[in-house]
Amino acid sequence: MSGSVKERVELAHNAAGRAVPTMVNGKPQIPFLGAGKYQPRARKAAPAICSNKDYPDSGDKRVANLETALRNCGLRDGMVISSHHHLRDGDRVALMALEAAAKIGVKDLMWFPSASFPSQQGAIDLMKKGVIHHIEGSMNGPLGDYCTQGKMRGMGVLRSHGGRYQAIQDGEVHIDVAVVAAPAADFFGDADGSHGKSACGSLGFALADSIYADRVIVVTDNLVPFPCVPWQIQGNNVDFVVEVESIGDPAKIVSGTTQITRSPDRLRIAELVAQFLRATGIMKNGFSFQAGAGGIALAFVEYLKQMMKEDGVKARFVRGGSTKFLVELLQEGLTDYILDGQTFDLDGVQSIANDPRHVATTPFTSYNYHGKGNFASLVDAVVLGATEVDVNFNANVVTHSDGRLLHGIGGWQNCLFAGCTILALPSFRDRIPVIVDEVTTMTGPGEMIDVVVTERGIAINPRRTDLLHAMAVQGSKLPLRPIQDIKADIEKICGKPARPKLGDRPCAVVKWVDGTVLDTVWQVS
Amino acid sequence: MSRAVETTSPRSAEAGNWGKEVRSDVHVAFEARDSGGIETSLESRVAPYYGSAIMEQTRDVLAELGVKHARVAIHDEGALPFVIAARIEAAARRAGIALGKRSLPEQHPLPPPSQKDRLRRSRLYLPGSEPKYYVNASGHGPDAVILDLEDSVHRGEKDVARILVRNALRSVDFGSCERMVRINQLPLGLEDLAEVVGESPDLILIPKVEESEQVREVDRMIGEIKARHGIIRPIWIMPIIESALGIENAFAVVTASENVAALTMGLEDYTADLGVVKTTEGHESEYARSRVVNAARAAGVQAMDSVFSDVADMDGLRRWAEASRAAGFEGMGCIHPGQIRVVHQAFQPTAVEIEKAQKVVAAFEEAQSKGLGVVSLGSKMIDPPVVQRALKLVERAKAMGVIS
Repeated sequence: MSGSVKERVELAHNAAGRAVPTMVNGKPQIPFLGAGKYQPRARKAAPAICSNKDYPDSGDKRVANLETALRNCGLRDGMVISSHHHLRDGDRVALMALEAAAKIGVKDLMWFPSASFPSQQGAIDLMKKGVIHHIEGSMNGPLGDYCTQGKMRGMGVLRSHGGRYQAIQDGEVHIDVAVVAAPAADFFGDADGSHGKSACGSLGFALADSIYADRVIVVTDNLVPFPCVPWQIQGNNVDFVVEVESIGDPAKIVSGTTQITRSPDRLRIAELVAQFLRATGIMKNGFSFQAGAGGIALAFVEYLKQMMKEDGVKARFVRGGSTKFLVELLQEGLTDYILDGQTFDLDGVQSIANDPRHVATTPFTSYNYHGKGNFASLVDAVVLGATEVDVNFNANVVTHSDGRLLHGIGGWQNCLFAGCTILALPSFRDRIPVIVDEVTTMTGPGEMIDVVVTERGIAINPRRTDLLHAMAVQGSKLPLRPIQDIKADIEKICGKPARPKLGDRPCAVVKWVDGTVLDTVWQVS
Repeated sequence: MSRAVETTSPRSAEAGNWGKEVRSDVHVAFEARDSGGIETSLESRVAPYYGSAIMEQTRDVLAELGVKHARVAIHDEGALPFVIAARIEAAARRAGIALGKRSLPEQHPLPPPSQKDRLRRSRLYLPGSEPKYYVNASGHGPDAVILDLEDSVHRGEKDVARILVRNALRSVDFGSCERMVRINQLPLGLEDLAEVVGESPDLILIPKVEESEQVREVDRMIGEIKARHGIIRPIWIMPIIESALGIENAFAVVTASENVAALTMGLEDYTADLGVVKTTEGHESEYARSRVVNAARAAGVQAMDSVFSDVADMDGLRRWAEASRAAGFEGMGCIHPGQIRVVHQAFQPTAVEIEKAQKVVAAFEEAQSKGLGVVSLGSKMIDPPVVQRALKLVERAKAMGVIS
């Protein structure tokens, strides 16, 4: 595999004014052209034709262990092996598979996780040993550091959940072997996430892998007699089933209880967001919203719930990451449905297993750019975080201001397509301003970001004249301020920060949802 | 003057806090030397952004303190400049040098002088040792903030805290909040005054007041420092009565100085002094509370309630605050920003009260315009005290934003 960062890299300036590599890991790239500007014309990728005759009539696809399964899949040097992250920091399967690959002597794999977590830092060793060539997928914590220190042989490629589906569909990434960790499965390979000792809720992130990979291995610690229902993953796409003692650490797969922030400043931000939705009239009967599992987002749900009750307002649907706070909305009749992409706590897992109004969704239904529409743009308002946002409303979620890669994109980019995109964040953290002149790494273009809510006021993107108008008509007492004013406030308190020196060698790229290159993550000196 | 002054001056000292759990603070280890100039080292979680700014500030602060030879090791957890300056100064003083010298941070413009009878529904306690709470405190909308040097500061940290509080008074934007400081019990409280009064706090709370002389002593010292600094804006006093004897002397205490703007009490110490258990209902302190209200009103100043200490119990807080207003108190302390809104709602007049008062005020204005000495509403004559109360209530309701 070519494309080592040690080679000289050609750069081009994209429509957002960012310098991006024209080649990534040996593949030519299209620089970002602007949101909604890129139109690929080709047919979608497809896996090779397979035949029933090659699979046992008994339906029993079990093999003894992962090594056998990988051997039977024909895993070779330089192939692409994928995994999903529904077990989050509790996952044992991805590393188990990569270590099994090491045992059978395979080198230079590209690991293609839907996200990686700190507990998977064992992958660093495997990169040092040459088993893994590079990672395309979010890199959190130690793996992110390894990448931005320029130690990875290939370039990291960061994609959103939807962008990952898109990259598979348009053939940019071809998965040779997909490894699907399953909290419940039968011998045929039907798999479900909401039952078993390692239950995690939805398995949506593994859907594309199961459909498009040449070979699919289901790994479970809870083998049930056929049929395993509901089959979130269909056995008809599965080659082998491996039974293991444990696919993950339940305590880290879901948190027992998700915690609302206790910081008075963050509570204030959450309340301002809810008040904003009420004041603009976005909060009305039949509306929809999405909020993640961060402390501010959870508190926002609690404030909004109170206001919905006071005003007699009911949502048609809310989108997860689900938590007990969304489950309570459902149970109290304040929403008709939860459309859930991933399940963060025990209440969420129990609800998705037992309540037909709590529906598992996938990146295909929710986020995929190559679908005939997706749910993200149907959502009235979404509340997101960011590490930085600049005065043009461009935002960063992947790097810290010092350039270190520390977070994945997740569904964040895809969510920007909601009717009203709100970033809820403290205006500074540990003296470091969050509102800056220019973001370190652009993850979302400012044209897609509508409102920034901080503890020092609410800034509406001047492009959203409709929201500005709605607030003016309302005569709202909410603290609306130009984003530059909030930035000036913070700089008065914190002082103007020096810009950290970034290296001139790209070590990863940030893809936009359509597969074009939005920005570059530079090696940290 | 401060704890750090010993007969034999120490050469090394430290001040401030650092560690994984610490936010927005800094730890300074200071070693005084006789030669070799200034040697500094810095470890900071914000070094890529502010490393050189912190080093530059350190040099400036040391120069202002007249320190020529020292080793200064800084361990920063994202402290703001006013905190860094305070910690360096405190460490230097503890090391026995730079005595009598100050390094004052940039001055934030002072808010308008505080009115004696201004709105004081809520006063938010901010620990004098926790700078992370200061810069966003006004955002939660309390009528006042109290920078506390007493109970929230460990006995061994008073010298460090009063420098931090002084710097906060000078450079933190507290918005439209009244800037209060709770000093320590006398005589330690006099050392607090020496440090903070120069930065024009709006009000000083004196804890554990039992006799009028304590108030007069504080008042005298404030007056002296004000004169020395050329401060003409008022600095009000709020005595806190926390004992049976103090309650008995309430009227003498509240009338000890023209500068006493309000009277309050501390129920933890008071109930301890009585030897009774402090309950949520508070029947055991009914006498003391009535006495405080009566003494304050007799002296023409505000009666202020204590705090409600269960921050999770919002219903209990609401009941307490409503009863407090009904008893004649005009505000109470808040130990968490989450309490402020409930307290404000409880201390705001009801719609019925406002409507009644507005009618009385309208009748009063009509009588005035007609040059009548007697105010009447329908067939009823309105007594002057009723008119006065209505005027005050309408004015208060406006200040609270309940009516425009």
